Parts: sequence; structure tokens; C-alpha cells
Amino acid sequence: MNKMKILLKLIIIFLFFQNFSSAETSQQVDKISKNLRCLICQGQSVYDSQSDFALSMKILIQNKIDEGNNEEQIYDFLKNKYGEWIVYDPEINKNTLLLWVLPLILFVFGGILILRKVSIK
Amino acid sequence: MSKNIKLISIVLFALFSFFILLKGLDKSNTYSPSIDKSKIDFNFKSKYLFSEKEVFLNELLKNEGMTLINIWASWCLPCKDEHAYLLKLKSLNNLNIIGINYKDNENNAKQFLSELGNPYTKIITDPNGINSIELGAFGVPETYLIENKSKLIIKKFIGPLDDKSFIQLTKIIQ
Repeated sequence: MNKMKILLKLIIIFLFFQNFSSAETSQQVDKISKNLRCLICQGQSVYDSQSDFALSMKILIQNKIDEGNNEEQIYDFLKNKYGEWIVYDPEINKNTLLLWVLPLILFVFGGILILRKVSIK
Repeated sequence: MSKNIKLISIVLFALFSFFILLKGLDKSNTYSPSIDKSKIDFNFKSKYLFSEKEVFLNELLKNEGMTLINIWASWCLPCKDEHAYLLKLKSLNNLNIIGINYKDNENNAKQFLSELGNPYTKIITDPNGINSIELGAFGVPETYLIENKSKLIIKKFIGPLDDKSFIQLTKIIQ
């Protein structure tokens, strides 16, 4: 009887941890897929989309995590296949320089305008 | 005078924005990796269609010449349209054509091939679409021309093959 109890406890603990770990990886899949653009849908992330492409992508991300890849490696892998466009967060490079620098320029320009207005008064 | 300058600069700015938008719309969003990156790891395992055997994709590529990889499915209508071109390519150049059967049902695939003919040397399956992602595919149909020696993608066709792409393909192969 006692042995049965211990066995039962062990099973419960085992099941609990099993669930816990799978919930953790699926959270990671969600996190990564939210940062990926679904390339064949308009204005949706891979996380939001139910298209064939996005469903496969989610399976692939899960497999990559199971293989022990980290988030950065998965992004790099996909950027290699599909280009910079697949990630929502563009890196700073020759093509995206204007995108990153323009707000800064506008900010400085606006600041100068305000300063001039204030000093004229 | 200063009014004129204002007007001219507004018009110039509008024109500038217009041309930037026009150019942006013209640019295709489909990305092809640069040559040094288009080398693909063909080292993934997949099951043959109509058999339980598994194979690595790079075992199907010969050492010389070129291979055509075609992603297809029986449920995909454009695949039916392009099938004639694949059969023609097969008979013209005796090309090594490898099919990837994308998210399909084996019985339907069998029926599809018996109705329209089988241009493929070997067919592997992709039941959940992840092998196609390894190749950088968006969906079906898609066709890749691969140089066997360097394992580089020479040409990529997204969507069904047509007269234009058929001529392009035959030119490259010859």
C-alpha cells in the first residue's frame, strides 16, 4: 500500500514537471513567433497567423528549441533563409540606417527650431 | 518671392515622396539570399513518398550537373498547371527532378501523379512543411534549380512555372 502511494506521488510529480517544461518551451515559441513576420500574410506575425507557412514555422521553431538552439540562433537561421524582412526588429545596416537615424535628426532639428524661437523672444 | 519658394519646395517635396513611394511599391518583397549565403544545408532527413524509407536530401543530388527541386501538392491547383512544364523538362533534358510533396495525403498524391504523369526521379514528403522552410520556401508551388557540385541555388521560381520560366530554365540547363 505504501509503495503504491509513493509510486502515485512520483507519477504526479513527473506529470507536473513534464507539463511545466512543455509550457515553458511553448512560451518561448510564442515569444519568438511574435517577433517574426508572416511573409505570405499581410500585416500579421507568425504567432497570429494560421496560414500553412506560419504553422510550419511554429513547428520548426519548436524543433530548433528542442535541438538546443537559442533565440538568436533561430533568428539568424531564418534571416539567412528569408532575409532581414522576416524579423520585426531591423538591424542597423546600410539599408536601414536612414530608418534609425531619421528620428534622431528630426529630434535635433526640432530642438534647434524651439531653441531659436525661444532665444528670439 | 518667399511664397514662391515655399510653393516650389512643397511641390518638390511631394514629388520626392511620390517617387520614393513608387519605387518602394515597385520593389519586390521576395528575398533571395546572396550567392555566398544561398548554400543550403541539404542535410535533412525525409521520408520517401509511398514508402517508409527515409533519406537525406543530399543523397539524392548527383555529383555532376544540376538538379531541379519542385515543391508540390495534390491539393494545389497551380501545381496542376505547371506539371506539363515539369514533364517537358524531364523529357527534354533528362533532368534530375526531385519532388517535395508538401502537406499532402498519400492517396491523393498517388492519384495526382497517375492522372498527370510523374516527372520526378524521386519524391520525398514534407508532412508538416518544415523541410520546405529549410529550403527557404514560402509555400507551393516552388521550384529551385540547384548546381549539384556547389550545392548552390542558381535559380528560384516562386509560384507555378510558366512559358517564360520554362525558357529561362532550358537556357540555363543547356
